[in-house]
Amino acid sequence: MNIIIIGCGKIGLALAEQLNNEGHRITLIDKNETLLQAACSKLDVMGLSGNGAVFSVLSEAGIEKCDVLIAVTGSDEVNMLCCLLGKRARDLHTIARIRNPEYEDEIRYLQDQIGISMVINPERMVAHEILHLLRFPSATEVETFGKGLVDMIHIRMPENSPLCGVKLRDLGRTIAFPVLISVIERNSEVIIPSGNTELRANDEISFISRPSDAVRFCKLCKLEYNASRSAFIVGGGRIAYYIGRYNKNSRTKCQFKLIETNQERAQTYAETFDDITVIHADGSNKQLLIEEGIENTDAFVAITGYDEVNVMMSLMVDKLTDARIVTKVNRLDPSDVESVIPMSSIVSPKTVTADEVVRYVRALESSKDSEFESLYSIAGGKAEAMEFTVNNDPSIVNIPFSTLSLKPNVLVAAIIRGQEIISPGGSDCMKPGDSVVIITTLRGVNDLQDIMK
Amino acid sequence: MNFRIIAYFMGWILEVEAASMVIPMILSIALGESDVWPWFLLLILIIAPLGFFLTRKRFRKGNFYVREGYAATGLGWLLLSAVGALPFFLSRRMPDYIDCLFETASGFTTTGSSVLSDIEALGKGLLFWRSFTHWLGGMGVLVLILAILPMSGGYHMQLMKAESPGPSVSKLVPRVMDTAKTLYLIYIVLTVTMILLYWISGMPLYDAVCIGFGTAGTGGFGVRNSGMADYSRASQILITIFMYLFGVNFNFYYLLSRRKFKDAFKMEEVRVYVGIILVNIIIVTLVTWRFSYRDEGLLYSLHHSAFTIGSLMSTTGFATVDFDAWPEIARLMMILLMFTGACAGSTGGGLKVSRLLLLFKEARKELHMLIHPQSVRPIKLEGKVVEHSVMRSASNYIIIYIMIFVAAFLIISIDGYDFTTNFSAVAATFNNIGPGLGKVGPTLNYSIYSPASKLVLTFCMLAGRLELLPMVMLLYPKTWTKHY
Repeated sequence: MNIIIIGCGKIGLALAEQLNNEGHRITLIDKNETLLQAACSKLDVMGLSGNGAVFSVLSEAGIEKCDVLIAVTGSDEVNMLCCLLGKRARDLHTIARIRNPEYEDEIRYLQDQIGISMVINPERMVAHEILHLLRFPSATEVETFGKGLVDMIHIRMPENSPLCGVKLRDLGRTIAFPVLISVIERNSEVIIPSGNTELRANDEISFISRPSDAVRFCKLCKLEYNASRSAFIVGGGRIAYYIGRYNKNSRTKCQFKLIETNQERAQTYAETFDDITVIHADGSNKQLLIEEGIENTDAFVAITGYDEVNVMMSLMVDKLTDARIVTKVNRLDPSDVESVIPMSSIVSPKTVTADEVVRYVRALESSKDSEFESLYSIAGGKAEAMEFTVNNDPSIVNIPFSTLSLKPNVLVAAIIRGQEIISPGGSDCMKPGDSVVIITTLRGVNDLQDIMK
Repeated sequence: MNFRIIAYFMGWILEVEAASMVIPMILSIALGESDVWPWFLLLILIIAPLGFFLTRKRFRKGNFYVREGYAATGLGWLLLSAVGALPFFLSRRMPDYIDCLFETASGFTTTGSSVLSDIEALGKGLLFWRSFTHWLGGMGVLVLILAILPMSGGYHMQLMKAESPGPSVSKLVPRVMDTAKTLYLIYIVLTVTMILLYWISGMPLYDAVCIGFGTAGTGGFGVRNSGMADYSRASQILITIFMYLFGVNFNFYYLLSRRKFKDAFKMEEVRVYVGIILVNIIIVTLVTWRFSYRDEGLLYSLHHSAFTIGSLMSTTGFATVDFDAWPEIARLMMILLMFTGACAGSTGGGLKVSRLLLLFKEARKELHMLIHPQSVRPIKLEGKVVEHSVMRSASNYIIIYIMIFVAAFLIISIDGYDFTTNFSAVAATFNNIGPGLGKVGPTLNYSIYSPASKLVLTFCMLAGRLELLPMVMLLYPKTWTKHY
């Protein structure tokens, strides 16, 4: 597909990289030529310097043949204007980054009026992810499928777990509920496991199960499973705002302590959120953290605007307490940071956003016989988990898996039929209307046909 | 330096070369040249499996940087010439390997300088191969590989940058592969149209195809001892037109094909190119009419002036008349046109119109700054501000250009020929023209030079075609060290 990306910042670049790897033709527009040059020497994309909200620039970028326009400049208003212009020029799909919380309440109205197909708000997505992680403290990541029916959870096997050394084939005998181990990452190698694969200590595993069963499975693995009741947040940016906002509406509330260095901001947060304790201080001050009771808190969330500060704080806090640690990185590659601070969960706005957009673009591409629902990249992007809705395609439906020939490195992890979840065996088959969760290390899978031989 | 990647590209170059030897081989078989075609066959049977073997080993992604791109380009062209010379050598129709190398490098770099006095003695199969190297070298072998080989990542843009002429190389469409395909499509369409027109104008089909390859690549190899003089007036006019057309930046044709006529005709470089052509034609026509072709008339003079100027400016190097016999002013203008060269992004050589335009603007800015020392005055080309790095590399290009020129000039002067001959020989090979003046004039050839001088001129041709840096880089010791 022809894609125009306006804004060559961190997110624009991450998007260009992902979409380029999927084989799309990408034109990047930015005013800053240095950024463009860096991007063009690294990626197979075309750079165009100029203002993306000017029609002649869009026209030079080939708007008349463009399929998707993505506006991710630093300014929400410019992004909206770009989408408006793009939409007027041609009936295309537009994606805009709009992150100012003030627009948040009217976002549907704006979307309709301007004709934006999809709004992305990285900070909001990250806030969601952080809350999700806090609710599930052992997991380094939690993804949901089937509209919340199934979770895919990433955990690290503890040393003392009774499940170490158990072969996956025998797992069913040990536990009475359906759990499917979908991906194992061992020594930075990604394995799509078979029945003979053995679980080992310190494996990073991703498993799929019902949310309620997930807790039981974690208990079995001897992992702590209680949701965090209290947490420190350092850095009062937009993410903190969205965390506070969603925590207010959530059932399982968490007691937050927000540490912010800017007096004015601290004041604003204190005014906006009654249930958050706001502390005006430097979050990297060890003495202060101890004074405020870091040793007794369940979680520590480092979300200042500086990657280095976040990583350093996480390293320091790890020495002070065994609280759960969440670290946000903007610029750095999440998988690199993960190798430095393995005890922490890493959240990265650009990865979250890029995943979301790639998911959308793939859904546009997928043909009629199956519909693309969701996509998550796992194990640092080495594998992907995808959900499809099965339509009535005679070459796929009602054929038992034992006779379907799938490509290697593809795992059909779960079938969601109504409220029921099936861990598929050889005699099971897909039926129209099912949701199917696929795990694969292949690239560019857009519909169910792509996993067939 | 990642040698595995370089080996991988060498493998692809061998594959392309093997594939392109098939047509001359078939032609040789059909004509019964029994001392030629078995060598073609043998070569294909050796290099095709070798290339296949080298390309089996995929390189790991991410280890491909600017350095590898440039080294692969430089080495690739050396390999291309060295292997391409073998059919001439093995068939014993050209007994000296250095002569063969000179001839083939001259073909691939679209120079068109020859060491042969009796071309027709080569036989039609080898002559076809000789002309086909022009066509392949005109747009570039690596560009062809990029067009057929899917690759991920942006680093292989370096290959295209290293091989395509011009101060700054830009893509036509977002992906390198699509850009390379588009370029080749334009190239093929233009070539086929041209060959058909040549044929209709009365050239024999074989001549039309070979001359067509020579024109498309702005090379200059003919297939007859008499050069272009034998062909009809109509054919010569067609050749003139197409020489000018292939000297135009291919962006122009891309814009035309996208129906952006306004943008196409606004291209500053193309306008300057046309301007230079017109001024030169007028002056040279009048001068030659007054002093050389008094009896033949103005039209005759216009015809041959236009042909020669097109031939030299587009760096093709065909000749209908002996321009070495023209008045001194016209001869000197011809030498200067050799340096000007064609547009960037065309198949021509030389310094390129856009680079000279940039330097001219830079010089004007320098003067302007004397009068208004505090003024801010960005340099613009095609309506866009030219970045400092592009300006710098354009200036440095000239410096390196002069250094190589002087060095080559000094070395070949050892052979003892006169100033005009040596100077024009370096100018004609370095700018990928073909014939020079004096003892290497349009009616003569380069066989007078010693083997060492021929090697130096071969280097000049390759350096000129690849815009200096890929070849110079091969001589730079740090390129090959592991510690950097």
